[in-house]
Amino acid sequence: MGHHIDSLIQEEMKQEIAASVSRSKRKRTVKVVTELKERSPLKRKLQRAGLFMALCVGAVSMAAPFLWMVSTSLAEAGQVFSESRSWWQEWLPVSFVWQNYVKVWSVVPFAQFYLNSILVSLCITFGQVATSAMAAYAFARLNFPGRDRIFFGYLATMMIPGAVTMIPVFILLRHLGWIDTYKALILPGIFTAYGTFMLRQFFLTLPKDLEDAAKIDGCSYVRIFWHIILPLSKPALATLTTFTFMGSWMNLMWPLIVVNTHTKYTLPVGLAYFQGVHGTDWTLLMAASMMMILPILIVFLFNQRFFVEGIKLTGIKG
Amino acid sequence: MKKELKDKTKEAIVAYGFLMPNLLGFLLFTSIPVLASLGLSFVKWDLLSEGPRFVGLANFMELTKDPFFGKYCWNTLVLMMAIPISMAGSLLLAIALNQRLRGTVIFRTVYFLPTICSGVAIFMLWRLIYNPNFGLLNSLTAQFGDMLGLRLTGPNWLTDEAWAKPAFIIMSVWQSIGGYNMILYLAALQGVPRDLYDAAEVDGANSWQKFWNVTWPQISPTTFFIATMSLIGGFQAGFDQAYIMTGGGPNGSTTTIIYYIFNNAFEWYRMGYAAAISWVLFLIIFVVTVVKWRFFGRAVHYT
Repeated sequence: MGHHIDSLIQEEMKQEIAASVSRSKRKRTVKVVTELKERSPLKRKLQRAGLFMALCVGAVSMAAPFLWMVSTSLAEAGQVFSESRSWWQEWLPVSFVWQNYVKVWSVVPFAQFYLNSILVSLCITFGQVATSAMAAYAFARLNFPGRDRIFFGYLATMMIPGAVTMIPVFILLRHLGWIDTYKALILPGIFTAYGTFMLRQFFLTLPKDLEDAAKIDGCSYVRIFWHIILPLSKPALATLTTFTFMGSWMNLMWPLIVVNTHTKYTLPVGLAYFQGVHGTDWTLLMAASMMMILPILIVFLFNQRFFVEGIKLTGIKG
Repeated sequence: MKKELKDKTKEAIVAYGFLMPNLLGFLLFTSIPVLASLGLSFVKWDLLSEGPRFVGLANFMELTKDPFFGKYCWNTLVLMMAIPISMAGSLLLAIALNQRLRGTVIFRTVYFLPTICSGVAIFMLWRLIYNPNFGLLNSLTAQFGDMLGLRLTGPNWLTDEAWAKPAFIIMSVWQSIGGYNMILYLAALQGVPRDLYDAAEVDGANSWQKFWNVTWPQISPTTFFIATMSLIGGFQAGFDQAYIMTGGGPNGSTTTIIYYIFNNAFEWYRMGYAAAISWVLFLIIFVVTVVKWRFFGRAVHYT
């Protein structure tokens, strides 16, 4: 049985390689076409230079607020307010008060917020990807009575705004005595129709012969799910993982609703609380904000290509 | 025959096993709450007194007379002005990035940054940017004035009723112009068959004609998709930014529908009324989406 799967995986790899070869071939043809088309090279060059400049200006204005954020987070507390700063002092960090970044952790229970955010986001992400993938496998690949009706139920709720369910869920959690607990922060975030729907659509596109072969070999459904479906669905799973993590990392409203003690705050609520208490302490606020977006920024910079693929995937399939 | 039946039963049992965790959560946190919410919209309940009191359609009747609701719907619509602006910008950026210039990947990264870093931290940053005394925008305005020998002062962005909405729109455009929509447009542009352009060139079409007759119809499914998703999102948007930057003010000018639901439910504990508003919100989204499909869905060019 193991041997059979190995040979199937080899087949997969062959297809991968064939695909990448055809990709590089296509690239070459495109290059030939663009070279052929350059009729008036000078005009074209000027046009492209102009476009490049315009893109640079655009990029600078997109990045400027971030630059300013960095320089503010490193400024002396009094510096931000002084109107005597000249323009380059606005942009470039003239001082490096790293102390701001240290101070944030002692002014509010920032470490606690951070840990809460990590815990909540990880649990939601893992829970959602795992349960969605399992449900999506059942919907896409297994036959059972009531399947289409249940799936229609999932679809029907996808258009309903989150605001509709948020009030009854709050009342439910209150009845269960779960308000102000991690359970309340995590559990409702795990179950979304969207994750199941997206993965189901992806599973449907996978070739069926792999599974049929495995079935003939006497492979159980659980093994098929684990050894064939999941490995083939890495891009879709990675996309769902990333977007779920980002969504729960940024979520402000739900923690605001279900949590009321500081020690349970996640970063967004913690930051809002910070703003309420030290609203004019701009250098500290910016340092705290920087630290909040840093994990997301790192994930993005390292997985950029895959982000782009993921958006195309959900955009086309969703 | 008997074995087949046994296999089928086995498959169904396994299937429900796979489905169960998600289905239970879905029932508990989505489908039952949807029904409960519909029920709630016909009661008055502050969670504190003894229990919900059935009031029929009173919540919905109250809604038609509630001047704040009308105002907040209007706010939501005005803030959605950011959608066409940023969509046009996304398309322009995508076209520019599709020219295979040097550094495309770097540009794409930089343009994508605001989308990646959205959320509370960025709203804090923009609150500071809009600060009338030492915020980035107004100090730039003042410095620009100095260069011209004039004394220019920028507006009180977030505390002036006339400027708060434009401030939010500018921020939204900055945030979404280079994000998902640009990536989707880029993918769509790369999917337009080259021979269509070659054929247009043979016919002597200029750049504008090529865009209007080839590109635009070819990418219309993407435009339709983005517009639909943005509209659905737009009606439900506006809580985080207003909560952090203005608290819904000045004078309620940045309060959106979702913020009003939040306030009714979790600040004033008017559960029934909040549920009624959330159903009206759903109805608005539903009607707009259906109308859009009927009238524009046909104009979309599918290959």
